[in-house]
Amino acid sequence: MELLKTENLKKHYEIKEGILGKSHTLRALDGVSITVEKNRVFAIVGESGSGKSTLARVVLRLTKPTGGRVFFKGKEVFSLKGEDLKAFRRAVQVVFQDPFASLNPRMSIFSTLSEPFKVHGLSSGRRLRDDVAQLLESVGLKAEHMDRYPHQFSGGQRQRICIARALALSPELIVADEPLSSLDVSIQAQILNLLTELKEKRELSYLFISHDLNVVHYFADRVAVMYAGKVVEEAGAEELFQRPLHPYTELLLDAVPKMRLSAGTQQRGHKRVTESVYPEDKPGSKGCSFLPRCPKQKGICATEEPLLKEHGDRKVACHLY
Amino acid sequence: MAGEFLAQFGKNRLAVIGGILVLILFVVAISAPFVAPYEPDYIDRYHILEPPSRLHPLGTDDLGRDVLSRILYGAGVSLSVGFVAVGLSTLIGIIFGAIAGYYGGIVDRIIMRFVDVMLSIPTFFLILTVIAFVGPSIWNIMIIIGVTSWMGVARLVRAEFLSLKSREFVLAARAIGASDWRIIFRHMLPNSLAPVIVSAVLGVASAVLIESSLSFLGLGVQPPRPSWGNILTAGKANIEIAWWLSVFPGLCILITVLSYNLLGEGLRDALDPRLRERR
Repeated sequence: MELLKTENLKKHYEIKEGILGKSHTLRALDGVSITVEKNRVFAIVGESGSGKSTLARVVLRLTKPTGGRVFFKGKEVFSLKGEDLKAFRRAVQVVFQDPFASLNPRMSIFSTLSEPFKVHGLSSGRRLRDDVAQLLESVGLKAEHMDRYPHQFSGGQRQRICIARALALSPELIVADEPLSSLDVSIQAQILNLLTELKEKRELSYLFISHDLNVVHYFADRVAVMYAGKVVEEAGAEELFQRPLHPYTELLLDAVPKMRLSAGTQQRGHKRVTESVYPEDKPGSKGCSFLPRCPKQKGICATEEPLLKEHGDRKVACHLY
Repeated sequence: MAGEFLAQFGKNRLAVIGGILVLILFVVAISAPFVAPYEPDYIDRYHILEPPSRLHPLGTDDLGRDVLSRILYGAGVSLSVGFVAVGLSTLIGIIFGAIAGYYGGIVDRIIMRFVDVMLSIPTFFLILTVIAFVGPSIWNIMIIIGVTSWMGVARLVRAEFLSLKSREFVLAARAIGASDWRIIFRHMLPNSLAPVIVSAVLGVASAVLIESSLSFLGLGVQPPRPSWGNILTAGKANIEIAWWLSVFPGLCILITVLSYNLLGEGLRDALDPRLRERR
């Protein structure tokens, strides 16, 4: 079942140089269409600056898009009002990358975790403390932790608190914007297990944003690769990792450090990752935005922008296919 | 967090001295009716313009009033003008700064241009002009100082709000569906108060100074009510024959302003982690 859908989503930022300087446009999102199915993990991968986090913020209705639409369960998200909007807020929650910035340093854990209940009038008084205690236990923390403050917790524990906050409203979709990136590797595994467990128990769906391909391979059902504000390839996770089509996807997969590969392959992989090109660097250009870094370019790539086309069960935006 | 703050603050000796002086001033101001040897407007006809003596520790003025008693009563006037004026200016500054920083866009631009206009008017002359219209009284002075000195706070709060607006915990609160009101008062304001407190403490010093200046010019607290500024006025007329009339209230103003500034700067250093690293 289709849970979340974006249609040709665009977010452009006007960047002015000085007061009188020329302005140019940064295309953080440039026509992104994705569909997140119920009880599935839809992952977005791509390097920093590719528009992943902007997509998360637009989908959460925290930033208005310049163009395009977002649908949640068939309803247009940006035209929701009143009760419908409250229902959307309950159904879609977020976990951010930095657990140190995600918790209000001046609010106790109880205050932070009771806020969703209070805002939606779901619980109060003594029952509120029980609900918060239950929430803490569901993410592997102790109920007696609730009167502490964020600075008394480690990064991993804080991320658990952030997950608990997201779970408070019993959401259907969690947008996780690099939830593991700022944690130690051993903690990453714990949090990933927690997310997996919660997915099974609570029938959650995830829009999972990451640049860690190993994690995505393990966790995701379907993967979209973003480059310069566009989806360049989308496929089932297994297919994508077995047989990447887009040259950029290949490049990303090659860049993943793999313990078992021989030293030679690893070196080659590292060498192939070239300087990233931000979308703002190509004002008005016609061709493929990946062209400057593409090892497989042809003549047409410089003149015509490749569109995202169906290719069996997957989609790819490249003139090679 | 509080412990760390106290440790940082304690390291700064001058700030601690400032804090202690501020406390002493408070005690003095509150206990003036009990410790002052005379009523502030009691006239001792036989001791006019007398230098400090046993009977009058800081001397008497041209009407034979005890300078020590007048200074003690004047402390309460100066400090209450300082506090009420700063309270008012901080409140106005927080409201404008919060609205500008949170809503941004055209609202922000209008408010900040208004701040620029206010800052471009020489405050003291504005106050003089307004006092000339509404008449001098202690309440008018408090209100006028308050409504002409909120711009710094507004800028501080706006800057804090701009950076807090994109912080993850604020975004998470929005994703929960919290109202603007709740986000401003529960999440953003408590996290932007540190610089506001510092500027309020420093603001008390400048409000005390403005009040003294106004009273000195005869546009502030009106005699016979004592205020450090109007004791100085009496001192000015007799400066050649009665130094004590000018020196003691002057010293009081100096010490008060200095101790608030020391305290304020100590607080700023202890509260601002960026400054802390540089030390």
